[in-house]
Amino acid sequence: MTESPRVVDMTLRDGMHAVDHQFTPEQMAEIAGALDDADMDVVEVSHGDGMGGSSINYGMAAASTEEYLETVAPQLTDTELSVLLLPGIGTVEELDMAADHGADICRIATHATEADISQDHFEYVKERGLEANGLLMLSHMAAPETLLEQAQLMEEYGADVVYLMDSAGALLPDGVRERVGLLVEELDIDVGFHAHNNLGLAVGNTLAALDEGAVTVDGCLRGLGAGSGNTQMEVLVGALERAGYDVTPDLYGTMDAAEEVLLPMLDEDTMPELDNDSLMLGYAGVYSSFLRHARREGKRYGVDPRDILVELGEMEVVGGQEDLITDVAERLAEERGTAVEADD
Amino acid sequence: MTVDAAIVGPGNIGTDLMYKILDRGERVDLQRMIGIFPVEESDGLQAAVDEGIDVGTDGIDSVREHADEFDVVFEATSAGVHEQNAPVYEELGLFAIDLTPAAVGPYTVPVVNVEDVLGETNNINMVTCGGQATIPMVHAVDRVADVEYAEMVSHIASKSAGPGTRQNIDKFTQTTAAGLEEVGGADDGKAIITLNPAEPPIMMRNTVHTQVSDSIDVDEVRASVDDIAAEIQSYVPGYEVTLEPTVKDQDDVGFDLGDTVILTTQLEVEGEGQHLPPYAGNLDIMTSAALGAAERVAEQWEAEAAVGGEQDD
Repeated sequence: MTESPRVVDMTLRDGMHAVDHQFTPEQMAEIAGALDDADMDVVEVSHGDGMGGSSINYGMAAASTEEYLETVAPQLTDTELSVLLLPGIGTVEELDMAADHGADICRIATHATEADISQDHFEYVKERGLEANGLLMLSHMAAPETLLEQAQLMEEYGADVVYLMDSAGALLPDGVRERVGLLVEELDIDVGFHAHNNLGLAVGNTLAALDEGAVTVDGCLRGLGAGSGNTQMEVLVGALERAGYDVTPDLYGTMDAAEEVLLPMLDEDTMPELDNDSLMLGYAGVYSSFLRHARREGKRYGVDPRDILVELGEMEVVGGQEDLITDVAERLAEERGTAVEADD
Repeated sequence: MTVDAAIVGPGNIGTDLMYKILDRGERVDLQRMIGIFPVEESDGLQAAVDEGIDVGTDGIDSVREHADEFDVVFEATSAGVHEQNAPVYEELGLFAIDLTPAAVGPYTVPVVNVEDVLGETNNINMVTCGGQATIPMVHAVDRVADVEYAEMVSHIASKSAGPGTRQNIDKFTQTTAAGLEEVGGADDGKAIITLNPAEPPIMMRNTVHTQVSDSIDVDEVRASVDDIAAEIQSYVPGYEVTLEPTVKDQDDVGFDLGDTVILTTQLEVEGEGQHLPPYAGNLDIMTSAALGAAERVAEQWEAEAAVGGEQDD
């Protein structure tokens, strides 16, 4: 068990989902500056769905990844800069651009069972001499043994760390323990864990992962992030200190970044909240970033977003299939004869 | 008139194509299936033998040996192999229909631009499976309302994504995006692919978003999409538009649309199930498009012959 876990702040990446990817480069610079002042270990920047994610399907970002990196990189002194890429959405071209703009860490994410689409991307990151992290998304959908096989593929491709992502916030502490525990036991590389709070378990699950031997963990200021949000960073830092870990980020500095810098940028619509719809993500096992899309389509088609999410869970949709929300909403509206105002 | 053809590459794609030609090739006669392994080590060649089709086991050497038997070659190998074979086909006067991502020749979508490219080249490329499914939809919108930006999202069953797709996923998105622009007519294009491991496997699903002026007439767009969907169904029977073009305006998205709206169309491709299972519509649409292109080649050569031109071979 590690004594000093690495803490990764993704307010400027997973947090982008909560604001429909509309942070401006200037807002990002301000938040990154506050996180650097607080001695955060790593800051991750990009569209919520990674570099190349800016699209009609997931939402166009307010600026390009290049513009974000150009304003954030100069704010960081000791804090490392991370970027995210989902093969199938972004390409090696984006990795190349990020490496040129000062990224220290590239995180490559695939669905829990599809690691073999990421080989080129890991090899490129290693070729550029950067740290490569492999992220297995929606890890609640795969058995521990399957996750291990997939993690071993990423290890073989050159990953320095493999993360288990609880992208739906659907894992219970026991599920976290058996998955993380097996990877820690069998892999020669480090293991990380990423939580969402849809069942109210983000901080607890993160502590469970660390207890099993994870050494790097994720969070967002004020618990921003897709769905109900990620592990609340300032709470995590406080809890880790209380649990006896030696963490780099300063508690007051992290708290101030959340309350004095981030909070004024949020409003009623973007404020993280564990409400009924986001609870449903964890309950139904659905990718957290589907939340805001399901609400919009629910409104367009006169369908309860919770019903859309349950149906998506039964269909076993995976990350990136946001467009199927329209399909499901339309079908449910048709089945129920709800008034459709979607046309024209 | 019919054209005589050979398939090079007896893998899943080549074998499925063979069954399609035998089932419903109207102007295409399959003369030979060519691989690089002995028949007993190749399921595809064995299937050809079972269907009474002659085979070759020496790759490009078999093509050279039997080149007088056929005029059209379907390349169902890999990008690297096609790059090596293409000059040989050219030298032998063979017309190549390339199902790999090599793209030695121009991107070709039968329902959109086959007539434009046929006169110009003896090597056409079938873009990607997602491109064959979505480029016609972008074209259908673009011919009645200028498409500023087109985006396609393709979901395929994990089981229908072979090692070629998995190891070269960037090639899929980059090639498809280029096809949305060059053939579909969008000013800018983006392609996204996801693999879904759900069991039973999902059908190939595609979404096409186009960004157009907010002054467009949506009924005109829908009519254009209906027309092209009917044409595609003539060579891809399992092609179905599941959501006709639907307008999303500023209230429906979380980013600034300016004076544009988004038209979203969804479609599903069910395979015919000759060799590959019905959910593998992504593979099916490639082989169907390749056969469709060959039929057009035959029609064109017939037309040229009718006006006194002579097929150059």
